[in-house]
Amino acid sequence: MKSFSKITGIAAPMDRANVDTDMIIPKQFLKSIKRTGFGKNLFDELRYLDEGKPDQECTGRPLNAEFPLNHARYQNASVLLARKNFGCGSSREHAPWALDDYGFRCVIAPSFADIFYNNCFKNGLLPLVLTDDEVEVLFQQMYAAPGYELTVDLPSQQVVTPGGDVFHFEVDEFRKHCLINGLDDIGLTLEQADAIKAYEAERRQSAPWLFDAVKN
Amino acid sequence: MAARTLYDKLWDAHLVQQRADGSALIYIDRHIVHEVTSPQAFEGLRLAGRKPWRVDSVLATPDHNVPTTVKERASGVSGIEDPVSQIQVKTLDDNCDEFGIVEYKINDRRQGIVHVVGPESGACLPGMTIVCGDSHTATNGALGALAHGIGTSEVEHVLATQCLVAKKMKNMLVEVNGELGVGITPKDVVLAIIGKIGTAGGTGYAIEFAGDVFRAMSMEGRMTVCNMAIEAGARAGMVAVDDITLDYVKGRIYAPTEAQWAQAEAAWRDLTSDAGAHFDEVVTLNGAEIMPQVSWGTSPEMVVGVADVVPTPEAEVDAVKREGMERALEYMGLSAGQAIQDIKLDRVFIGSCTNSRIEDMRAAAQVVKGRKKADSVKQAMVVPGSGLVKAQAEAEGLDKIFVEAGFEWREPGCSMCLAMNADKLGAGEHCASTSNRNFEGRQGYGGRTHLVSPAMAAAAGIAGHFVDVREFVGQE
Ligand code: SF4
Repeated sequence: MKSFSKITGIAAPMDRANVDTDMIIPKQFLKSIKRTGFGKNLFDELRYLDEGKPDQECTGRPLNAEFPLNHARYQNASVLLARKNFGCGSSREHAPWALDDYGFRCVIAPSFADIFYNNCFKNGLLPLVLTDDEVEVLFQQMYAAPGYELTVDLPSQQVVTPGGDVFHFEVDEFRKHCLINGLDDIGLTLEQADAIKAYEAERRQSAPWLFDAVKN
Repeated sequence: MAARTLYDKLWDAHLVQQRADGSALIYIDRHIVHEVTSPQAFEGLRLAGRKPWRVDSVLATPDHNVPTTVKERASGVSGIEDPVSQIQVKTLDDNCDEFGIVEYKINDRRQGIVHVVGPESGACLPGMTIVCGDSHTATNGALGALAHGIGTSEVEHVLATQCLVAKKMKNMLVEVNGELGVGITPKDVVLAIIGKIGTAGGTGYAIEFAGDVFRAMSMEGRMTVCNMAIEAGARAGMVAVDDITLDYVKGRIYAPTEAQWAQAEAAWRDLTSDAGAHFDEVVTLNGAEIMPQVSWGTSPEMVVGVADVVPTPEAEVDAVKREGMERALEYMGLSAGQAIQDIKLDRVFIGSCTNSRIEDMRAAAQVVKGRKKADSVKQAMVVPGSGLVKAQAEAEGLDKIFVEAGFEWREPGCSMCLAMNADKLGAGEHCASTSNRNFEGRQGYGGRTHLVSPAMAAAAGIAGHFVDVREFVGQE
């Protein structure tokens, strides 16, 4: 997995609450059997004026001039500023894949939906929670200053603004450790194979029906 | 031992390892797989040279992409017209064959929507931990199980290790007491709950649904409610085990055999919250006050009673909410103050993992029986949740009732719930839908979804606009 330590990048807005994963990546693009290539369809229905199709070349499509990611000032953004309950709805991991493929490394919001939050960590994308007021400050500063860049420092758990404001954020130790070191979750779990086998052995005794095979 | 909630008990029973930072390794008993969120997981296994840990704990079936017309279904996978969908369904077949996973393939009569197939087959049982790469896995919580959706990386993780890295959620109790009015369905109950706590109200919680209303509710009704726990922000919803649960499970294909039943039953009887168990949050509703619900906006919390009007954004004090409401009204083409019953429908969709079980089919059929679809409604589709539901409905003659009323009777699958196959709304069309999400574009680009119960959807299809199904049936 891609590791995440400290980044500095342009911040872009997704200024509405309850952004669902259908909005982040509409269902027609979930037909892909790959993990990559979703960036061009990130926020497809907001970003383009026509209906997007899978496997379509997007360069000639009509852009929605009102959508911030289409504005020159937000090009090459790597930090997404969002509102509460970001990533709600469907569990599709295509949502973090699309954000990552587009170039985002971090999403800052007052709250995230649980499954989306979890999925981000599996993909080297940092979902970062600040308070409502702090997020509001960042939005205001960003709107006021084209080219506004934020520094996100995971080891010290800080967001630093161009003006030198510092906001502290919380993150689980284990997730932080995995993200900083780009660790593969599965490999780590398999190191505990003996514990898993011991658990299974006990359960086979106490609840044998749980181990009946699914048969055709 | 201190008094524990149902969720505490399920969690404790599956704990393999607790880490100091609060995260834990929990054991997964059942893993259900479908075609959309699994290809990248299988690819990951292959790349790392890994094998499934316990291959016989996995059951697969394609549902999201499968066509629902008899014609397109006739020649199986190769008959799927959309080439991209075809590849995805074919990839699931190939992966299951390669890894030795049991799959109910496209035209197997047991095929269906994952969350319908799981409980129906008995693959999902009380007391289990159940996961699937799909947020509506919460449906299985109705069995008194810990069931929730996971992402594709976690699908791979569970395949490879039979475990999930998780953090214990908080406990929420949603208690609905009293008695539901005549014609009020489980769908109305869950929409009313979401309307009350909001789409983020349950974030970070596992919800237990308790109270008179759930004790009296059928298993299928409980599934409808648990299904939409995710629309309230909770990954998992659940209902304690009682006689209704045990009666439902007994005799299913993968249910415990006669020899094990007594032992299983004894264990399952304990799957209730102890008296005095601690809940971090308690929400109560009065069942008698719940009206038939209709969603008017683009989030499941934007819901009102059928006799109400579309709300006015100016009346909302929270600025972010107000903006959301304004945007929703614009997208939905509705105006504040408009009566819900004045909303005209272009299409009707009865199906999805929320409402495609036999009781849902019966409820809809009862309303349309002897009546005709309104001419102004372009299409009214009924899509059973599985091949077995379809067969049962046909044995009861429900398909004929629908067809005579001008409703289409389809092959099982997710269908217009998310429009990944050919079943979708046109831009600007209003749909009375028994599904679970009314997000922008969910049922088709520019489509406008109104979430309702099967009976309400059926009545809307007959009238051409929303009606209070209670008066409607009363008019006989
Ligand atoms: S019916 Fe709809 S919500 Fe349910 S699994 Fe299928 S697409 Fe998802």
